[in-house]
Amino acid sequence: MRKLGWILVFVAIGIFISTLFLNSYTFLGQEYPGKSQIFKIIDLGIQRDLETISTGEVRNMKFSMAKNLSEGPVKENPWIFFLLTFGLAALGSILIFIQSFKKSASEQNLGVFHQKLTNRKWPAYLLLLALIAFYVLLYWFPYYLVEWTILVDPIAQLFNSEGQASHWFLYGFMYSYIMTLLGIRMVIKYRHNNYQIIRTITVWFFQIVFAFTIPEILASLNGSWAGIDLKNMWPLDYDFFNNGGLVTYATESQSVMVNGGGLGLGFLIWGIVLFAVLVPILVYFFGKRWYCSWVCGCGGLAETLGDAFRHLSDNSLKAWKIERWMVHSVLVLAILMTILTFFTMFTGVWGATGFIQEWYGFLIGSVFAGVIGTGFYPVFGNRVWCRFGCPLAAYMGIIQRFKSRFRVTVNGDQCISCGNCSTHCEMGIDVKAYAQKGQDIQRASCVGCGICEEVCPRGVLKLENKK
Amino acid sequence: MKHIVIIGNGISGITAARYIRKNSDAQITIISAESQYFFSRTALMYVFMGQVRFEDTYPYDQDFYQKNRLELVFDRVESIDFPAKTIKLKATDSIVYDELILATGSKPRKLNIEGEKLEGIQGLYSKQDLEKLENKRNQIQKAIVVGGGLIGVELVEMLHYQGAEVDFIIRESGFWAEVLSEKEQRFIEEHIQSKGIRIHLNEEIKSFDGEGKVCQAFTKSGKKIEIDFAGITIGVEPNIEFLKNSELELQEGILVDEDFQTNIPNVYAIGDCAEHRNPIQNRNKIEQLWYTGKLQGKQMGENLGKGASKKYEPGPWFNSAKFFDIEFQNYGFVSNTKEEGQSEFIWKKGNKMFRLLFDSNTDEFIGINAFNLKFRHPVFNDWLRNKVGVEEVLQNLKTASFDGEFSKKYEGEIVRAFNQEFGRNVQLKKKMWYQKLISK
Repeated sequence: MRKLGWILVFVAIGIFISTLFLNSYTFLGQEYPGKSQIFKIIDLGIQRDLETISTGEVRNMKFSMAKNLSEGPVKENPWIFFLLTFGLAALGSILIFIQSFKKSASEQNLGVFHQKLTNRKWPAYLLLLALIAFYVLLYWFPYYLVEWTILVDPIAQLFNSEGQASHWFLYGFMYSYIMTLLGIRMVIKYRHNNYQIIRTITVWFFQIVFAFTIPEILASLNGSWAGIDLKNMWPLDYDFFNNGGLVTYATESQSVMVNGGGLGLGFLIWGIVLFAVLVPILVYFFGKRWYCSWVCGCGGLAETLGDAFRHLSDNSLKAWKIERWMVHSVLVLAILMTILTFFTMFTGVWGATGFIQEWYGFLIGSVFAGVIGTGFYPVFGNRVWCRFGCPLAAYMGIIQRFKSRFRVTVNGDQCISCGNCSTHCEMGIDVKAYAQKGQDIQRASCVGCGICEEVCPRGVLKLENKK
Repeated sequence: MKHIVIIGNGISGITAARYIRKNSDAQITIISAESQYFFSRTALMYVFMGQVRFEDTYPYDQDFYQKNRLELVFDRVESIDFPAKTIKLKATDSIVYDELILATGSKPRKLNIEGEKLEGIQGLYSKQDLEKLENKRNQIQKAIVVGGGLIGVELVEMLHYQGAEVDFIIRESGFWAEVLSEKEQRFIEEHIQSKGIRIHLNEEIKSFDGEGKVCQAFTKSGKKIEIDFAGITIGVEPNIEFLKNSELELQEGILVDEDFQTNIPNVYAIGDCAEHRNPIQNRNKIEQLWYTGKLQGKQMGENLGKGASKKYEPGPWFNSAKFFDIEFQNYGFVSNTKEEGQSEFIWKKGNKMFRLLFDSNTDEFIGINAFNLKFRHPVFNDWLRNKVGVEEVLQNLKTASFDGEFSKKYEGEIVRAFNQEFGRNVQLKKKMWYQKLISK
């Protein structure tokens, strides 16, 4: 069954990749079989505009031209290909995941260091390359992925009858799809643990409803509201003020929210209340876990797709030092960028604002959060971004460290220093170092995933909020 | 500067070193022949089962030794010249000490029967034992484990993980019979059997047979079991071979007073290898537990660091273990059979169970064995110290529970069952922050 499952998954992935090469492109009556030729033609066509438009717009232009020109079996039968790829992979995954039913509670994490995929052997590096390639294409060369967006056009049409799936729609769909499947895996794996079940269903719900469905509905109501995720917040949502909120460098226009009428203003106010009022209150009562492992999309992917790799997070003292420097630097940078944005808004002077906005978006938003954050799951563990890069995590971490009721309580002197907790901590916290001293764990980075409590063979750890 | 040498880098030896350093600037040398760095012995099973790597079992980072100026010597002690205060090592130069702490731990006990030296028969205690087992892990298909105690069930679990067929040979009439009651023995045995393990009670191995490698085991009842591996887990004994025929006074272990002093001045013994002349409370003369090793190391280190000789005071008894999926926690002395004048309250539901003892006359809470129900150590510790009554324990079960968030709660049921069985009227109190309960 397990083998059959893997075969189905690989067949589905094979078909998925081959769809990129099944279609051909017809332009001015002539058919171009390969992608490279048609992109040359497109490049020639837009060459004269290059001076006046931004690279982002070139990317979007090439994407929509390629999508319009793409013809062939995938375009004619998207549903069939959808079932052969996403459908088949889902079936295969379920066949793999239901094997967890054969394992008892304490057997669920055995063998992670004996399996090649989860112990940094070649399959791990293969996955790493595949993930990186996907992110690079998605962010910078989406026009190579047009057939995949054609595959999900039928889904986009559920929201908007004329809907054409963009590469961001594709990404959102794949994200939700993977979180659904691997969320099922989590629920089966930790079926004996109510905390894990409730947490997994909650984080999945926020992805499906808040990150995927509501934005699509908003976009179909008002095109400029595309991409508004009501649970995402500044400073993780680094362009909340510049792009969506108040001013945009590229167009220098007062934008989306302010111009969106009452509801647009509502989004802006909600976004501010969220990070300025709700975060301190909720982190005080429950710790940052309420967001990081119950609500956040990045966290959601880390807790589902990333669960199999959590033991790869480095828990050395050195890693902790690097982590503190890096994550707080990003927070400072995000704050500086936002201050500059306001400066520009009030004075009209651009200065370095645009430059910083663009480079932050590229380096932090795309390379760090996406390519490294997710791509490196199989090598550095599943919370690289959350640990080393997320400015929101840094902000909540400061509150959690100094002013929160949340802790991982250590049960007296019962610790036997076995190291399971530290090994399986996705944030690389050396949990055992505290547990063996009988000291409760109140670390800034803890996202409250609860797996230390789960893998402890002596029941020494318990997540709780002090009354 | 005083030179303190510790033989053994286990939990006792390293803890002693830490507490010496906290209180003194003495030169500290730690000798071990087993491993370069201190590792957690209790985690060996998880290394074998691929849940952690060996390096994950190090309780302290490697720069811990530098930071605390602990000099590590990776060598075997051949002998000790006590009058000359000199330790003779196998590979490197001799070491002269001013104070010596012996923390040499245990070694697996042997059956002393025919064929025991055959390849494929071993115990499970040291790093070397683990390595031996790792080397032949793929060749093990049919195994027996002899000895129904804590290491026994761990080894059974490891072999089961590896996919071997396992026969579990237990001399007594039940699993861990010296500690568990009959009901508890059956409870654990049923769970082990549900994993496909065959348990043989009241059974012993008479001899092994094989050519070089073990092939068969013969039992006292006349059974012949075909095997390719046999684990001997009938307990451990002090690792003191190299100290025999010296001035040091030994019995089963190294004889020590309440402050770990041996019969030779400036020589002390702690942990598994120490035998207490006057055991505390009703504790064993030789304590072979992780936490007692830690407590002894701590007291030893404080004494030596401060130049004091405080007696060892381990506080109320507790313990914990795990048998496959069943987590076991124990607070207070709960003997395997209820003693005269004790009342027993047993509660069981599905895979959860506990047995609680209290004094029939005074109502004083004596102790609890809990299976798959977690309780707070500090709270029970406080109750045991203050000799509270059983009703106070039951009233505060909500606060004493250490079960995870959102887990199903059983306190109401438990208290109702207690009231019914003993004709009481205990009312369950609201949950409070546990530290408030203790300071009260």
